[in-house]
Amino acid sequence: MGCGVTKSNQFHKNSGKAIKAAVLIQRWYRQYVARTEMRRKYTWHIFQSIEYSGEQAQIKLYNFLGYLMDNFTPTSNERNLISHIFRDNEFCRDTEWERLFCYKKIEVPEIYSGPHLTFPLTVEQAVRLVEAFRNKKQLHSRYVLQLLLETLKLIRMLPNINRISTCQSKEITICGDLHGQLEDLLLIFYKNDMPSMEKPYVFNGDFVDRGNDSIEILLILFSFLLVYPSEVHLNRGNHEDHIVNLRYGFTKEVLTKYKMHGKRILKLLQEIFSWLPLATVIDQKVLVIHGGISDTTDLSVLARVDRHSYVSALRPPKKRNQNSAASSIDIDTEEVLSHNKLTQRRTSLTYPKPIARDVFPNRSLQDFSGLIKVNTVEDVEIHRKRPSISIQGINRPENETTQAASSESVNSENGNDEWKQILDLLWSDPMNQDGCVPNEVRGGGCYWGPDVTEDFLNRHNLQLIIRSHECKQDGYEFCHNRKVLTLFSASNYYDVGSNRGAYVKLGPDLVPYLIQYQASSMIRELTVRQSVGRTEHSALKVLREQLFAHKSDLLCAFKMVDSKNTGHVSVHDWACAVESVLHLGLPWRMLSYQLVTSKTSDGMIDYHEWFNDLAIKGTNTDHIDQSLLETLYRHRSTLETIFRIVDTDNSGFITMEDFRQTWKLLSVYLKMEITDDAISDLAVTIDRNQDGSIDIDEFMEAFRLTDKKSRLERGRSMFMGTATDLTKLEGDLNI
Amino acid sequence: MADSTQSAEAIVSDVHKKIRAAFEAFDYESNHTVDVREIGTIIYSLGCFPTQANLHDLIAEVEEDHTGYIHLDKFLPAMTKVLLDLKFPSIPEDLLLQAFEVLDKEKKGYLEPEELTKYMTQEGEVFTQEEMDEMLTALADPEKNLVYYKDLISQLTIDPDM
Repeated sequence: MGCGVTKSNQFHKNSGKAIKAAVLIQRWYRQYVARTEMRRKYTWHIFQSIEYSGEQAQIKLYNFLGYLMDNFTPTSNERNLISHIFRDNEFCRDTEWERLFCYKKIEVPEIYSGPHLTFPLTVEQAVRLVEAFRNKKQLHSRYVLQLLLETLKLIRMLPNINRISTCQSKEITICGDLHGQLEDLLLIFYKNDMPSMEKPYVFNGDFVDRGNDSIEILLILFSFLLVYPSEVHLNRGNHEDHIVNLRYGFTKEVLTKYKMHGKRILKLLQEIFSWLPLATVIDQKVLVIHGGISDTTDLSVLARVDRHSYVSALRPPKKRNQNSAASSIDIDTEEVLSHNKLTQRRTSLTYPKPIARDVFPNRSLQDFSGLIKVNTVEDVEIHRKRPSISIQGINRPENETTQAASSESVNSENGNDEWKQILDLLWSDPMNQDGCVPNEVRGGGCYWGPDVTEDFLNRHNLQLIIRSHECKQDGYEFCHNRKVLTLFSASNYYDVGSNRGAYVKLGPDLVPYLIQYQASSMIRELTVRQSVGRTEHSALKVLREQLFAHKSDLLCAFKMVDSKNTGHVSVHDWACAVESVLHLGLPWRMLSYQLVTSKTSDGMIDYHEWFNDLAIKGTNTDHIDQSLLETLYRHRSTLETIFRIVDTDNSGFITMEDFRQTWKLLSVYLKMEITDDAISDLAVTIDRNQDGSIDIDEFMEAFRLTDKKSRLERGRSMFMGTATDLTKLEGDLNI
Repeated sequence: MADSTQSAEAIVSDVHKKIRAAFEAFDYESNHTVDVREIGTIIYSLGCFPTQANLHDLIAEVEEDHTGYIHLDKFLPAMTKVLLDLKFPSIPEDLLLQAFEVLDKEKKGYLEPEELTKYMTQEGEVFTQEEMDEMLTALADPEKNLVYYKDLISQLTIDPDM
């Protein structure tokens, strides 16, 4: 390829230089991209680890409370504090529900500018509701309750497994987790149109928690369900569970937005959640479920279970034979039942024999029996007494009771089996290796491998599993030889720019067609570098807090390595020590560049200096013991959850006495001594007006345990005004 | 004499630990293998600046016979050598600046997207269209749509501040 001789050597020289320059720049840029990718990866990993360990903590807490319930005598104060969350839903007929949740007496004031609903609901109303929410309006509690009641009536009639088809060349749209992110749902409707006769939808669970607009999403989904009952299908997710909602924000959201009637709304939702179908099957070939499967999952069993009795997937249902229990109920029988409950709850949430896996740290559900300082002699006596009472109960002439007791012992096996089926369906995650092992990271369900998928699909004559439950960077991910599709529809889930959302369309050919998106106009303006930077910033902030919260343990670990007490450790030792304390499985060595700024000249880490850098300073907290502060940071979610459980009237306040009791509970759970004086110190910090009650939010804030931002919920205006009108809302009793 | 050998050993040991740590971040199945497509990222993250050709050569050395996987056993010695020999050193800022200035023939202090695109997609180890689009999104000033390379070099060569 001859170059023109006309151009001089100068040109050649220049182009030679240009090529070299180009190569250099390309090298440099590609390295930069790879580094950014690396940061994105570990940032992701950080959020996910913390998210899952949070879920695990939730289950642990729940188990702990359950254990307390079973082991404290009925008169114990602590038991009363928490017993209400274990109480079953009252069995109600439709008319009773209507009476309990009567909306007719609730008046809607004239200044209310939100949508008015009339039933039966029309599609125009559903569309207007979407518009209203887009414009930040809030639906009045009267209409909320009415809508929920109508939904309950409908949903109870649905089977456990929805079977639908793509007949008439209809494409079915399937959406994954939404987690209260209204913007994403609106984006999906914008790109794909709202549900209609021609546009069937399946929503695959986790509509609530974490995001700010969980209730709005529910109301939209329920509205379309009512208008198009054959075209809209909802699957239950692990977050459609009132126990989980206590920790992850949905409960708080409802109580904040609906100060007057929030509690009733939540109660009604609790019932609705338990009636949500468990799965959807498309064309008898594609299974859509929220979590996943296990090696024991059997659709025929799932089709038969009484799904309603699983109010929370975290808890096996009380064995009850409704009719006989109603007729022969007395103290003895109750004790029989609770004795059975005792045996049941002792069964591990996961497999009876947890299989040890080197990859996952051993976080299996603990045996708390060592912790509780119950008077052992008393305990044994009580337990000895119980069996004799139960025998008396069984020998009673009432045939029904006998039948009840014996069928209970037969059914308790089946009951557990059914419960495990549901738990697996809602909580499991796929893994790359063959086999099926307990999901110790989340604390419930299991990890299932490609062989289990293969076997399951063959047994049930299916070809694809579509599930959600896990956040994916691209909004979706195939695995197990493209036989399992994970679908996640909440974009920017961990932080702005963290991930895209996706939904899938399935036509009669059953070939998944995926559409991705990312909500928020902010995204387009951020460069990749900036959005990774932002997410990374948040992740590292969270991580630093975790590190600070474990200071004492970390110090011990460092000292073990630093035998000469130089105050310095190598990066490698630092990384090992941190992992041994935090068990998050993160690439600490790589993260050290971000997390440790105090390095000595020879590249060692001065850990005392490092802790100083990390320290989170709180206002007025100097008088609080350091280790106590650490505990607060470490367990703040647990703390808040417990407080909200104790706050039975959902007022946001708990009494001083309850506060003390709560701390006593915690001190056992957290295995630390907390003196009464220390507790008083804590209380004094927040109960400034000394009226004997503690504001939960203020407490959490006082110790910088929550961001001030989270208290100011994004404005929802019921009146013709702006977010500042929220102050008006606070005082309005009609809401 | 003994001292220097010790420190040499210590250095090698430290390098090994570094390589292992980076490797493990991509070892999803915890069986000491990574997908060959991730190797580039691993090598870059260890502070190296190989060219594409360098990368291909290294991968050819360590890949497990076209399985698409790379085992730590092969990767570790190869990568150790790379790090100890400083085979793919980082690019000094001034050199980078010169490179940009070569492309910026009119010495404007910035590059227009078309200019940069021409070079990146036609010369050297060319970029794909996707890579090019990403580069422009990352580097171009959002308002003026120009690449002010001087500022970028210092910002991007070291890890950006939090």
